[in-house]
Amino acid sequence: MTTTKKQLHRIDLIFKNEQDCKEILRNALARSNQEVINEMVNSGLKGRGGAGFPTGLKWKLTAEQKVDEKFVICNADEGEPGTFKDREILTRVPHKVLSGMAVCAKIIGARKGYIYLRGEYKFLVPNLKKELRRFHDILDELGLDFRVEIFMGSGAYICGEESALFESMEGKRGEPRNKPPFPTEIGYMNKPTVINNVETLAHSYTILKYGAKKFRELGVKDSRGSKVFSVSGDTPIPGIYELELGMSVQDFVDDFGDGDTKAVQVGGASGFLVPRKRFGKTSIGYQGKLTGISLPTGGSMMIFNSSRSMYNVLNNYLDFFEEESCGQCTPCRVGCQQLLKGIKAVKRGEKPASYLDKLLKLTDTMKLTAKCGLGQSVANSFSSIVENFREEMIY
Amino acid sequence: MDFQEKLVHDLVAKHGTDRENLLPILQGVIDQERFLSEEAILKIAKEMSIPAADVYGTATFYSFLDTDPRGKYVIRVCKTITCAMKGKNQIIQAIENFLKIKVGETTVDKKFTILQTNCLGWCHKAPAMLVNDDVYTELTPESVVDILREYREEN
Repeated sequence: MTTTKKQLHRIDLIFKNEQDCKEILRNALARSNQEVINEMVNSGLKGRGGAGFPTGLKWKLTAEQKVDEKFVICNADEGEPGTFKDREILTRVPHKVLSGMAVCAKIIGARKGYIYLRGEYKFLVPNLKKELRRFHDILDELGLDFRVEIFMGSGAYICGEESALFESMEGKRGEPRNKPPFPTEIGYMNKPTVINNVETLAHSYTILKYGAKKFRELGVKDSRGSKVFSVSGDTPIPGIYELELGMSVQDFVDDFGDGDTKAVQVGGASGFLVPRKRFGKTSIGYQGKLTGISLPTGGSMMIFNSSRSMYNVLNNYLDFFEEESCGQCTPCRVGCQQLLKGIKAVKRGEKPASYLDKLLKLTDTMKLTAKCGLGQSVANSFSSIVENFREEMIY
Repeated sequence: MDFQEKLVHDLVAKHGTDRENLLPILQGVIDQERFLSEEAILKIAKEMSIPAADVYGTATFYSFLDTDPRGKYVIRVCKTITCAMKGKNQIIQAIENFLKIKVGETTVDKKFTILQTNCLGWCHKAPAMLVNDDVYTELTPESVVDILREYREEN
């Protein structure tokens, strides 16, 4: 199949080779806390891990806490299927991430920071430690009392959920906490904590260097700035791309698809599957855009062509969720098991096709009653696959 | 003091007895012994003055903190969607044929264990695997055998 390729605009901010973090830090540290918070708020930057909480507001709320001890944590527990951009950022521009952490620390009043690095990325440690030594020297020179340590994860997807991550760092099972209270009040060691995704922190460097105005020029309303996307699956050009937020799935597919794209999974296994007929009506960004459906993503974009069975895709996701559910709350623990058992039973003809509707109702219950984002978000991929590819589930 | 006793003792001395040091200590034992034996768990509990049930409960939560004996080299093949699409099964098959064991098993010489794992974050270079902490990507049934042959023939 021949297609005339329309290419999306490639942004070069995050990975740009800039070695001026001392200057950026010096300038940022010289400004008042309020000024920096305003800059962050005005930039419109939202959390790049996927949840999309406004970063400036997170910093502001934590800064307002009248507590002596606070923490800054960089969430590098990148585990969502189809996501691999944080590793690239930590490999190529770790000093930008560290600069973001240091500025945040100064504003909220933290002396200690951690990078929670997933166990699968342990090979990054020697290089990161070298970066940390260099960075700590710069902080000493600038007179900022702040130190960053690496904390290793040990192979648990759920620890990317912020409160599970705190539990893990406290030496416990990585079981999410109830919210509220939020980490801005009660986080690691029950102290106010800013926890930001790797990419979010790297963007804060960009904002501090170029200003909120420049950042806002990228993207669309409610979804400002650029975003690093992890592109995989049936594409001739898999890899990591920094693109503007707000693009339509159609434009994305025209650029990255193999000419035979059947569906795109936006946001990993916990995100939504967009079938071909909705490519034009769906855009990538945070909720709140005026027209059409807008899907958030931590950057995972998995492309499926028509050779792929959507039953196999869903089966794979459910297998993942069933294993990675922490088991703490019943809706998620039992729900994931039953969904997996259920689609297999329908496929084998042991249950009627109408059983899929029961399973859909079960995902509604999970969405409502599961304690954390894992259990709540199983409904996203399940319903978007079952509703759009029902025949493939049955025959 | 036997090797394990010294290992646990040194790890606890290095990290401290506070509960928040438990993961680094468990990871330290894994680095040396590839799994957490009942004896190791009891020793950690004693040195840190926390219940053995808590140590065990924490350890069993994490897929990298094995409580079953493992080989010197733990092979973890990614089984999540993109790797599954790009031929993970053939990779597993090739490893099983080469090592003459199945997924979940350890070779008689205790050198290799084959496991499957969830997304390793190399979807753009699938299929991927870890051998202990080392990453191998864009595997083929041939390349994976070459890689493992090198591990087998070391020393």
